[in-house]
Amino acid sequence: MPKVSMTVNGKPVTGNIEERTLLVQFLRENLRLTGTHVGCDTSQCGACVVHVNGIAMKSCTLLALQMEGASITTIEGIAPSPTELHPMQEAFRENHGLQCGYCTPGMIMSALDIVRRKGHDLDEHTIREELDGNICRCTGYHNIVKAVAAGARAMAK
Amino acid sequence: MYSFSYFRPTTARQAANLLAKHPDAKLLAGGHSLIPVMKQRLAQPSALIDLNACEDLAGIELKGRSIVIGALTRHADVANSQVVKDALPGLAMVPGAIGDPQVRNRGTIGGSIANNDPNADYPAACLGLGATIVTNKRRIAADDFFTGMFSTALEENEIITKVMFPIAKKAAYEKFKHPASGFALVGVFVSKRGSDIRVAVTGAGSNGVFRVKSFEEALKKRFSPKSIEGMTIPASGMNSDIHASAEYRAHLVGVLARRALAKATA
Repeated sequence: MPKVSMTVNGKPVTGNIEERTLLVQFLRENLRLTGTHVGCDTSQCGACVVHVNGIAMKSCTLLALQMEGASITTIEGIAPSPTELHPMQEAFRENHGLQCGYCTPGMIMSALDIVRRKGHDLDEHTIREELDGNICRCTGYHNIVKAVAAGARAMAK
Repeated sequence: MYSFSYFRPTTARQAANLLAKHPDAKLLAGGHSLIPVMKQRLAQPSALIDLNACEDLAGIELKGRSIVIGALTRHADVANSQVVKDALPGLAMVPGAIGDPQVRNRGTIGGSIANNDPNADYPAACLGLGATIVTNKRRIAADDFFTGMFSTALEENEIITKVMFPIAKKAAYEKFKHPASGFALVGVFVSKRGSDIRVAVTGAGSNGVFRVKSFEEALKKRFSPKSIEGMTIPASGMNSDIHASAEYRAHLVGVLARRALAKATA
């Protein structure tokens, strides 16, 4: 089986994998980083969003072998320490931006990408448009939108 | 997914050589159409030739009176390109309307064009601007490139390297998005470059992207929504499926063409 090497959450990792292994499978099954979820498996729901070289992508639609040499960040890699939350995570907690939590890792990774592209002062319309690629089946999105706005502001501090 | 072997060339030439050696291989660009189809086991390529490390395939430049976009350029990069927005804002509207942000971060212009999905957006921009598709072997006019649903003039061992869009004075894209998939239920690209007037439609035709000659003729007098006021196209030849009837799609072609013209002339 071919070998792949990449950096995940700042740590170099390698694995011998089948060619057809998806990035999300590699993260979950080989690295046991199960915070990245598989919802639809058809690149629509966004539960699998991770950052590839700093850019949000759907890891259910990337092959792990394509990530040779890349730097991947998952939900496990964003908090500053084991006892602290990232400001965006904290904002989701504060604003009750989740119910079952299944979509939350993808929501947060997408939210960070929105901040990267659109800055820290986000209006509701922008957030709703930009969350087009993430589906939540519990919250009705209202508190997620509030959380993203609050998290984006908190990240500027 | 069925199993396959995987290659990662670093130049378009290497990719072409690999393709010649592996006739059942598929080229992998953004992969956001190909990988889902492979997951469903509707495609079974013996090998994937991943173009993502071919840096010579990506980039956007203004060359004379054209915008030249490398085949591997991502939708987000075209949508946000200052060069494109300044010289041909109508073109930037197209990748900006594809899928969702994560898909735009990965999907490529070359992949979209080579796949020629009947609901894809880029084929309308290519046909609607009279683009030239450049491959490792030749140049193909958009009018000759799109040959039907999921089919193109590309031959075996041929790789799209770039797409050249002539800068039109007026151009715009208007799309009726399917609310779930984001694909164009109908999308209309209009442009005017000198006497060359184009109205190209995606999503509607049962044979893929097409031009509306009757609208183009009517727009010759004046490039304005008023020139095609009340005009429709026949429902025959339109797609009919669970998303929309042929009649509804035909109706949308007229509505969206007028909206696109309003945008292009605003």
